[in-house]
Amino acid sequence: MSDINQAGSAEEHQAPGALVEWEQRVAGYGGEPPFVEEPEYGSPIVLALKDAAIAAGIAAALFLFFIGFRTDINLGGLELTTRWQAFGISIVAVFVGRLAFRMLFWGSRQKGGRSLATRAIESRKGTPLSEHFARHSGKVGAFALAAAIVYPIVILWAFPLKDKQFIDLGILVLTYIMLGWGLNIVVGLAGLLDLGYVAFYAVGAYSFALFAQYFDVGFWFALPVAGLLAACWGIILGFPVLRLRGDYLAIVTLAFGEIIRIVLLNWYTFTGGPDGISGIPDPTFFGLAFARGDDNLPGLLGLKYDSAYKQAYFFYIILLLAMITNFVTMRLRKLPLGRAWEALREDEIACRSLGINTTNTKLTAFAIGAMFGGFAGSFFATRQGFISPESFTFMESALILAIVVLGGLGSQMGVVIASIVMIGGFELFRDLAEYRMLIFGLLMVIIMVWRPRGLIATRDPSAILKQRQSISADMVAQGEGH
Amino acid sequence: MTDKMPLLYMQGVETYYGNIIALRGVDVAVFEGEIVTLIGANGAGKSTLMMTICGNPQARSGQIVYDGEDITHLPTHEIMSRSIAQSPEGRRIFPRMTVMENLQMGAMLTDGASFDRDLERVFDLFPRLKERQHQRGGTLSGGEQQMLAIARALMSKPRLLLLDEPSLGLAPMVVKQIFQVIHDLNRDEGLTVFLVEQNAFHALRLAHRGYVMVNGKITMTGTGAELLARPEVRAAYLEGGRHEAAE
Ligand SMILES: Nc1ncnc2c1ncn2[C@@H]1O[C@H](COP(=O)(O)OP(=O)(O)O)[C@@H](O)[C@H]1O
Ligand SMILES: [Mg+2]
Repeated sequence: MSDINQAGSAEEHQAPGALVEWEQRVAGYGGEPPFVEEPEYGSPIVLALKDAAIAAGIAAALFLFFIGFRTDINLGGLELTTRWQAFGISIVAVFVGRLAFRMLFWGSRQKGGRSLATRAIESRKGTPLSEHFARHSGKVGAFALAAAIVYPIVILWAFPLKDKQFIDLGILVLTYIMLGWGLNIVVGLAGLLDLGYVAFYAVGAYSFALFAQYFDVGFWFALPVAGLLAACWGIILGFPVLRLRGDYLAIVTLAFGEIIRIVLLNWYTFTGGPDGISGIPDPTFFGLAFARGDDNLPGLLGLKYDSAYKQAYFFYIILLLAMITNFVTMRLRKLPLGRAWEALREDEIACRSLGINTTNTKLTAFAIGAMFGGFAGSFFATRQGFISPESFTFMESALILAIVVLGGLGSQMGVVIASIVMIGGFELFRDLAEYRMLIFGLLMVIIMVWRPRGLIATRDPSAILKQRQSISADMVAQGEGH
Repeated sequence: MTDKMPLLYMQGVETYYGNIIALRGVDVAVFEGEIVTLIGANGAGKSTLMMTICGNPQARSGQIVYDGEDITHLPTHEIMSRSIAQSPEGRRIFPRMTVMENLQMGAMLTDGASFDRDLERVFDLFPRLKERQHQRGGTLSGGEQQMLAIARALMSKPRLLLLDEPSLGLAPMVVKQIFQVIHDLNRDEGLTVFLVEQNAFHALRLAHRGYVMVNGKITMTGTGAELLARPEVRAAYLEGGRHEAAE
C-alpha cells in the first residue's frame, strides 16, 4: 500500500499555487464551462451610447403600437389618433434611463468584463457596501436602536400637530420589521420559502381578539398565548410540507395562508366573518390604562391627556417585541439550532449526512417564525382595536417576503432598511394613489438589478463551537520563522 | 478473513426508488480496520447502496447491521449519530459558510469538548484547509472542497467513514493526495473506510477488499489485488484508470 507514498512526492516540489491552478484548469476542461465572457471593445461611453440606442430601438418598436397609436370608439367605428409626442418622450426616457443605469450601476462592466451574472456570483462574497455593514453592524444596530428609542419623544416635541401620524408610521414600520425578522427565520435562515406567513399574523391577531371577546383577557396575558397558538399552527403547517422544497413549498404555504383567511371569513358564528371583531382592548401599563381620567396613567403622571401618548406606548411595545425577535434570532444563530437552519438552507442532503434531524430543524423554524408572527398579530389587534380577514390577504405575505428578500435573505439589518424604505415610501407616496404600486415595483426592480442578493448580502460567520484562541500562537510561530 | 463479527454488514438488501428497484439483494461486509471499496459503472447503484446504509432511502427488505445493532429502519439522523460519518457524492459542502463553520457542522453531534483537538487533527491531514479556514466553502477549488467534505466527516470522530466518489472531477495529483490521506488514516488510526469509487484502479490499489457492482447486484468480490488482476475487471473498469496510472 505504501507505494502511494512515492506517487505523492512529485507535487511537493511544486509551488503551492500550481496545484490549485492545475486543478482549476482541469475543472475547466472537464466540468462546467468556466465563466467566459465576450469581451467588449471600444470606449465605455461609446459602448454605453450604443447599448442605450439599442434599448431605445427596441422600445420604439414596442411602443409604436402601445403608445404611438391610440384608438377610441367613435360613431363610425374605431378612430385612430397618433400620439407622436408621448411616443417620443417615452423613447427618450428609455434611452436616458438605460444610459444612466449603464453608467451608474454597470459601470465596472468594461474593466473586468463583468456582467450582472458574475456580479451576482461575486456579491455572495459581499460587496463593499455589505462588507461595510457587516463590519459595523454592531454600531449601526446600536445607533438604529437609539434612534428608535428617542423617535417618539422627538416627534412629540417637534411635531405636536402631526405627532400621531408620525408615531403611527413608526409603529407600522416596526411591525413590518418584526414580521420581516420573524419570516427571516423561516426564509432567510432555514431557506424555506413561505408565502403564507400572514396566516400566523392572523392567528395571533384573532387569538387575542377572540380571547378578549370571549374571556375578557388583557393584552399581556393573551400575547404569549397567541404566540404559542401561532407556533402550533406553524407546526401544523410544517408537517405536511416537510418533504417539499422550493416552488412546491411556496404553493402549499400560499394555500395555507388563504385557507386560514377563508376560514376566518366564513366561520361567521365564531369570528364574525367579514364583519370582523371590534372593541379589542388596549394594552395596559402594569394595570394602568392610557385613557382620560385622573386615575389613569397620563393623569397620574400629571400630564394632560393626549392620545399621542397612547400611540407612543404602542410604539414602545412593538419596539420591545421587535427587539425580542431580533435578540432571539441573533442568539439562535450562534447556537447549533440556528446553524442547522442555515445548513438546511445550504444543503439538506449534507445536513442529513451529518446526522442533523432535518424534520425537527424545519419544524422549529416554522414554529419559531410563526410564533413571532403571532406576537406581531396580537399587537396588530390591540393597536387597531378592530380586525377583519381583510387585513390578512396574500398582499401582506408578499410585502413581508419582499422586505426579507430585498433586505438580503438572512440579514437582520437588511430587513430594517427594507422596511423603512418600503413602508415609509408607501406612506410618503400615499397621495399618488395608483402610482404608488408602480413606484413600488420600480424600486424592487432597481434593487434587484443593483443588488441581486438583497441590500445586505453578506452573511457574517458565527461561532457555535468555540475554538480556543490559537491565532496568536500561530502568528508568533510564523514571526519567529520556525 | 477473520471470524469476528463485521463492523457493518448488509444482507439481501433491496432498495427501491418508487417502484423502480435500485439494489437487488446486496450482501456486503466491512470489518473493523479495513478499507473496503465498492466499484461499478455509473448508475450501478453504488451511491444508492451508500445512502441506504444511511437510511435515505431505507431498504425495503434485507438487513443492515452496524456494530451488532440492526439499523435498517432507523431514521438517518439516528444512524449518523452512531459513529458513522459520510462524505456524500458531490461533496456537498455548505458553500456560504466558511471552512471553519463547515467543520463545526461536522462536529455538531459531538459534545464539543474535543473540538480543538479534532480540528488540529484535520488541519494536520489537510494543511490547505487551515490556510483557508476563513474562506467561504463555495470559493474553494474542487480538490479543496473534497478535502473539506472529508474533514467535515472526520470531525464527528467516526469509526466508520463512508466516502462516495472522492475522486470525482479532480486532477490525478489531487486524487493521489486524498487517497494518501485515506490510507494514512486507516493505517495510523485504524479507521474503517467504505469507499465507493468509479476510479477503480486507485480504489482497488488502496483497498484491502473490494466489491464490484453491476446493475444493483454484487457480481464479484475479493481482495484489491485479486480484483485488479481479474481480466473482466480490467476490461470493464480499468481502461480509463490505466491512463491515469501512466501519469
Ligand atoms: N433519487 C432517485 N430517484 C430515482 N431513481 C434514482 C435516484 N437516485 C438514483 N436513481 C437511480 O438508481 C440507479 C442507481 O443510481 P446510483 O446509486 O446513483 O448509481 P451510481 O452511484 O453507481 O452511479 C440509477 O439507475 C439511477 O437512475
Ligand atoms: Mg454515484
